[in-house]
Parts: sequence; structure tokens; C-alpha cells
Amino acid sequence: MKNTILKVKNLNVELEGEEILEELSFEVEEGEVLAILGPNGAGKTVLLKTLLSLLPYQGEIEWKEGVEIGYVPQRLPFIKDVPLSVKEFFDLGKIPINETGEILKSIGLKEGILKKKIGDLSSGQFQRILIGWALSSNPKVLLFDEPLTGIDIGGQESVYNLLEKLKKENNLTILFVTHELSIVYSLADRIICLNKRMLCSGVPREILTPERISDLYSGRVKFYQHRHIE
Amino acid sequence: MIGQFLLSLISGIFIGGVAGFLGSLMLSKRMALAAGPLGHLALPGIAIALIYGFDISLGAFPFVILGVVLIWFLERKTRLPMEALTAVVFATGVAIAFFFLPIDQAEAALVGDISKIQLNEAIFSIILCAIVFLICQKIYPRMTLINVSEDLAKARKIDVKKYNLIYLLLVALIVALGVKIVGGLLTAAIVAIPAVSSRNLAKNLAQYKLLSLSFGTISAALGISLSKCTTLPAGPLIIVFSAFIFLISVIFQRGK
Repeated sequence: MKNTILKVKNLNVELEGEEILEELSFEVEEGEVLAILGPNGAGKTVLLKTLLSLLPYQGEIEWKEGVEIGYVPQRLPFIKDVPLSVKEFFDLGKIPINETGEILKSIGLKEGILKKKIGDLSSGQFQRILIGWALSSNPKVLLFDEPLTGIDIGGQESVYNLLEKLKKENNLTILFVTHELSIVYSLADRIICLNKRMLCSGVPREILTPERISDLYSGRVKFYQHRHIE
Repeated sequence: MIGQFLLSLISGIFIGGVAGFLGSLMLSKRMALAAGPLGHLALPGIAIALIYGFDISLGAFPFVILGVVLIWFLERKTRLPMEALTAVVFATGVAIAFFFLPIDQAEAALVGDISKIQLNEAIFSIILCAIVFLICQKIYPRMTLINVSEDLAKARKIDVKKYNLIYLLLVALIVALGVKIVGGLLTAAIVAIPAVSSRNLAKNLAQYKLLSLSFGTISAALGISLSKCTTLPAGPLIIVFSAFIFLISVIFQRGK
């Protein structure tokens, strides 16, 4: 039984006269984990932002009615310009204090972290806080930009495990952008290869042949070996 | 005489405190210096007010609004960095003001003169300060989120444009009020210095806000008081005290 949560048809995005996305069409089922894969400058982040209606577009983007979307951006370069404790960052999202405990538990952090200054967190901890922030609106869908970028290997595994857990527990639909193939193999149900246009889509193991990867990245990006994560 | 002193002291404290408070928001928006060109741009307005003898804040305000619109427009149109536009805009403001600024009153225009503030002006300033403070306090959480990430704010369906507009209006108001105590030349300092000192010391947002407000208030109070005891002008004294607090904050700043 199909239960479509997102329908995208003939999506075109042009920013400052430059064509960023051309004629994208795809659908996402409820509970599915979709990886959006592509080299730098392929338009991956733009696609996520467009799906959130943060950017102007042409074509159709149709979310299932009333669906709540959580967004985890790639970086927040300016957050260190503001002295902000974790608790205060949650307050900015109007997250009720009685829910913060629950959220911290689901992202695997202790209450003590609330008093810490955001600028003092490790990149892995900060990534979790951003996930927690996105989860606070009880979303059915999580849009996640480069979950593993800038996080050390240990931190990557824990963020990865967290996504796996969230997917199981909350039946979340997850769309994530990445250029790391390891996480794609282990987490994604389906992938879209993107470089302005849709180059391929399907199940990772069938789609990700070395030739395709080489095509996608024009042979310039080194191949990431699949790493097993217990 | 004591009455006149109290009047200027209280007005100064209100303006200085609220400028520091709003300055903390300007600093996290990376536009702490924006008050500089706006203050300079207010100079022709201040000059007009001095010639015709009305409240210099009233003279300054339309010019500051013009400045806000001008910088916003030029930044969109030219895509030049704001600091470059700032150089163009503030120099022009100063240049134009000097065509008709009454030279015997130049000091009041350039570095402010709160010592002769009238009762009605003082009441007007204090009420405006209270309004700016309350609105700023009201928009502070959402503005902070916008400053951290416009995308996150928009994803939460916050009307970013509306908040930015309210914020810019507050900036224009505080600059127009600020020229009264520190003149057109030094307005950047009353919003920027308390906020940067505060950021050196604050562990969280609550402290950041409180310290910015306090440093602004303390500098204004000390500057105006010392000006009363000496013949030195209050505006520059306020800035010197503010800079002194900044130096202390550097010494005690949190380990990086």
C-alpha cells in the first residue's frame, strides 16, 4: 500500500540567474529514508531548502496535508556570535521545559548539557542538539543536511545510530543530503543521485555501481568504502 | 541646577542603557557598527534642529530612517559589503552637515550635549526609551533565532522580514535618541562597546542582555556625573568610561 508523503514534479530552481535544479520529479513514501547524493554544488542543499519553501521555485512540491517538517541545517556559522546556553537555544524554539528532558533522552544527552554554552559543545554534541531542536515540533519528516560533515568518526557513528533509532521509534520519514556513501549504504532505503538534474534513483545496492558513482562525481571524488557499523 | 543635572542624568541613563541593550542584538546580527554611519547621516538633521531650535532627536530621526533605507537599498542593488557602503554614506552625511552646521554649536552636534536637556525633551526621550526597550525585549528571542539562522527561523514560519523591519526601526530610534547624549560622531560607540564588553564576559544570553544594559547604564551615569564635576563634555566621557569597562572585560574574559 503506497502512502505518499511528498510529491515533487518538474521542479526548477533558479537563483540569481543560474539554473540550480532542473526538472526534478520524485516521490517519497511515508517512513522511507531517502538519501540525496551528489557532488559539491549539485544543488542538494538548495533542494532541501526548496522543499521547506525557503527558496523560490517553479514546478510542484506537494506535501501530505498537515505534515510537520523538522529541519537540521548543515552548519550554523553564526551561532557562536551569540552567547547562548543549550537551554536558551531550546527556548528560542519555544520548546516547553517539560519536553526538553524527553528530547535530550531521545538524542542521547544528559540534562547537565542544558547549562553548557553552545560554543563549548563538540561538533557531535552540537549536531545532536540541532536534531533535538528539529524533533521538538514532533515532525513526521526530518530534512537533514549533511549529517556527518565535520564530525569525527566516533561522533559520526553515534549520529548515525541516533538516526537509525529515531527512524525505528518514531516512524520518521527522513530525507538527508550527503556525499558520504557509507551512510547511504547503511541507512537509506532509496537514493536520488543529483547533479542539477536527477541522474539516477533507486535502491542503493542496485544503483551505486562504481561506474555510476564515477559518473556522478566525474571521477574526481574518492570512493568511500562501505563501513560496517555495529 | 541640581534639577537640570538630574534631568540629564536620568535621560542619559535611559538612553545609554537601552542603546546597550539594543546593541547586544546588533552585535549578534553582525551590525554593531551600523549605528556609526546612521549617526553621521543624522548630522544634517541635527544641524537643522540646532538652527531652528527644536529637539535634535526629531531632526535626526528622518535622516536616520533615510540612512537605513539607503544602506539597505544600496546593499541589495550593488552587493557591496555593508562596511564599504558605510564609508560612502557616513562621509557624505558629515560633508553635507558641514555646509550649514552653525559652527558655534558644532560640538553639540558632533559629540552631543545632554547637560541642557529640557523637561519636555527628557520626558519624551524617557518614554521613547521605554517603548524601544519593551519592543526590543519582546522581539529578542525571535531576532536572536533569526540572527543565528534565518533558515531555521523561516522553517519555523517566523516572518523574518517583519522582524527585521521592526528591529531596524528600533535602531533608527535609538540612534536618533543617542545623538542627544553622544552626538552624531559617537553613536556607534554607545551601542557597540557595552555589547562587546558584555560578550567577553557573558556565559549565556540572559547574562549577555543584562550586562549590555548595565554597562550602557553605568557608562552614561559615570560620564554625565564626571562632566558635571569637570568642564569636559559628557558624550566623550561616556565613551571613555565605556571603553574602560571594555578593557576590564578583556582582562576578565572567559577562557577561550
